[in-house]
Amino acid sequence: MKKYITDFTIVGKQVFSETYFSLTLKHPDRLPEIAAGQFVEVEVPGNKQVMLRRPISIHDVDVENNTLSLLVQVVGKGTRTLSMMSVGDKLNLVYPLGHGFSIEGNKVLLVGGGAGIAPLLHLSKCFASKGIRPTVLLGGRTEAMIPVRKEFEPYGDTFFATEDGSLGEKGMVTQHSKFTTDYDHIYTCGPTPMMKAVARHAMANNIECEVSLENMMACGIGACLCCVVDSDEGHKCVCKEGPVFNINKLKNWTK
Amino acid sequence: MLQTKIHNLILKNPVMTASGTFGYGEEFADFIDLNRLGGIVVKGTTGERRQGNAYPRMAETPSGMLNAVGLQNVGVETFCNEVYHRIKDLDTNIIVNVSGSSIEEYCKTAAMIDALEKIPAIELNISCPNVKKGGMGFGTNPDMAAQVVREVRKIYHKTLIVKLTPNVTSVVDIAKAVEDAGADSVSLINTLLGMAIDVEKQRPYLSTVTGGLSGPAVKPVAVRMVWQVAHAVNIPVIGLGGIASAADALEFLMAGAKAIQVGTANFIDPAITVKIIDGLEDYCNRHGIKDINEIIGII
Ligand SMILES: Cc1cc2nc3c(=O)[nH]c(=O)nc-3n(C[C@H](O)[C@H](O)[C@H](O)COP(=O)(O)OP(=O)(O)OC[C@H]3O[C@@H](n4cnc5c(N)ncnc54)[C@H](O)[C@@H]3O)c2cc1C
Ligand SMILES: Cc1cc2nc3c(=O)[nH]c(=O)nc-3n(C[C@H](O)[C@H](O)[C@H](O)COP(=O)(O)O)c2cc1C
Ligand code: FES
Repeated sequence: MKKYITDFTIVGKQVFSETYFSLTLKHPDRLPEIAAGQFVEVEVPGNKQVMLRRPISIHDVDVENNTLSLLVQVVGKGTRTLSMMSVGDKLNLVYPLGHGFSIEGNKVLLVGGGAGIAPLLHLSKCFASKGIRPTVLLGGRTEAMIPVRKEFEPYGDTFFATEDGSLGEKGMVTQHSKFTTDYDHIYTCGPTPMMKAVARHAMANNIECEVSLENMMACGIGACLCCVVDSDEGHKCVCKEGPVFNINKLKNWTK
Repeated sequence: MLQTKIHNLILKNPVMTASGTFGYGEEFADFIDLNRLGGIVVKGTTGERRQGNAYPRMAETPSGMLNAVGLQNVGVETFCNEVYHRIKDLDTNIIVNVSGSSIEEYCKTAAMIDALEKIPAIELNISCPNVKKGGMGFGTNPDMAAQVVREVRKIYHKTLIVKLTPNVTSVVDIAKAVEDAGADSVSLINTLLGMAIDVEKQRPYLSTVTGGLSGPAVKPVAVRMVWQVAHAVNIPVIGLGGIASAADALEFLMAGAKAIQVGTANFIDPAITVKIIDGLEDYCNRHGIKDINEIIGII
């Protein structure tokens, strides 16, 4: 799949909370095909402290308007600078990067936590376009940590788990009443401990499972070998051979 | 106008890519025409396949980054049997960066690369630890550096570039030693040894604690070393370290480098190399320079 380096213009910005915001980015030309789970490497402008691009998942794609959107959690200097960008500003992206999710199965569960919710919207749309309505289970510490909710409803049956019970069921996603064995495929993105718990459940119940990893990256295109994960075939680049991996390929993931 | 020469190598322009930052070139084919480059130095290649160090291997630091990749590569056999055939027909100089833990390993790899018709040069990475000598870097001691170059010189017949580490008291002494041992050219600098600590997690960022610093932060050190070495040896010098623009490249050329390599900047802008080539051409036009060699070593 061909990759591009190109400028986008911010045409929409939504601020959900102090830590979460989304940007809608428009390109003058038609966008290439983008698989769910692929990401962009965004240049962070105007911050001398930030030299390297930052990897961010593609949250949503609108082919008719040549737009894509990013859902970002502020965790440090780069994401903070991005949070201060405004409509009309330009952002330079290298994209679309990595291997996305396989769109397989009939009884599908998507599990997202924190910023890991991001790729699941495009993923649920991809399932919907195949006539499959996934169950979407989103978790966070509090209601504010689940910034995007109703956007999922047209495409999947959406449920929530919060640690303080402020939205949906109280507890972790893995304690939710919808977190069962009634699925043939589970797709997950979020904090590593959450994904590992999901992976263990899938493994124990013979359910196919794909996880999307967030290793630290420098290049995002498979050139620097900084972002590796241990796989059954040795070190693999998360940016190129992932970020989505079937758990059977990863070492030490279901122990 | 931009053509330059490193020993027997004719470069269509002085811009090459630095080992370990440009994969095998293929990763960048979507962004630039690889045939425009003066040369591509591919990933550090060793006698056997290597897994490299444990993750995490990277940390961003002010105007730079630390890496601890640790020579992860497919090994020389897979390079010769597979990778070589995918890249050999590019219209640029493909140079293999040869690394190892022993003189035998360097020689094995160099000999196998010598047999590849379309590889006109190797770059010997002597920054690696010498396992037999307690892990001391080959490139940190003039005698050890000369010894590995002498042995490789016996079996390698094409252009032999030796890449120098900056983590030494006198880079000039090492450069002279490898020149005397038969090197056709030297390239410098490799990464500077550095370290960074995550104070929230109270642990180092890298799995190996220390790692190699690269990027704009190292550029003044690199320019200084290139200038010192260019004045001390008679073989051509290749300059690198923090180059991210045509102006940066020109600093190295004026300091005495016959060619330059671009490393970390490729991560930030995968099309940076051709922008630097265009920038050099533009500079020559603006200054009425007919031949880039007119400005090489003017300082
Ligand atoms: C493939 C991929 C997709 C991603 N998608 C999204 C997304 O859709 N939305 C989103 O908000 N974030 C996403 N991330 C994480 C995002 O890249 C990091 O949060 C971001 O790079 C941090 O940059 P910063 O300058 O704000 O933080 P820094 O100032 O560099 O670091 C601040 C803190 O964040 C931690 N951190 C830095 N980079 C990462 C990382 N890659 N993963 C985890 N922790 C990190 C650091 O260890 C440090 O403690 C994704 C990461 C990857 C690899
Ligand atoms: C991720 C990474 C991997 C590298 N791998 C190698 C290598 O395999 N062999 C080598 O000689 N130098 C290697 N280097 C060093 C670079 O080739 C170069 O000497 C150094 O990064 C300084 O140049 P720069 O500041 O332009 O990046 C590596 C550098 C980086 C950042
Ligand atoms: S980030 Fe460079 S190889 Fe993955």
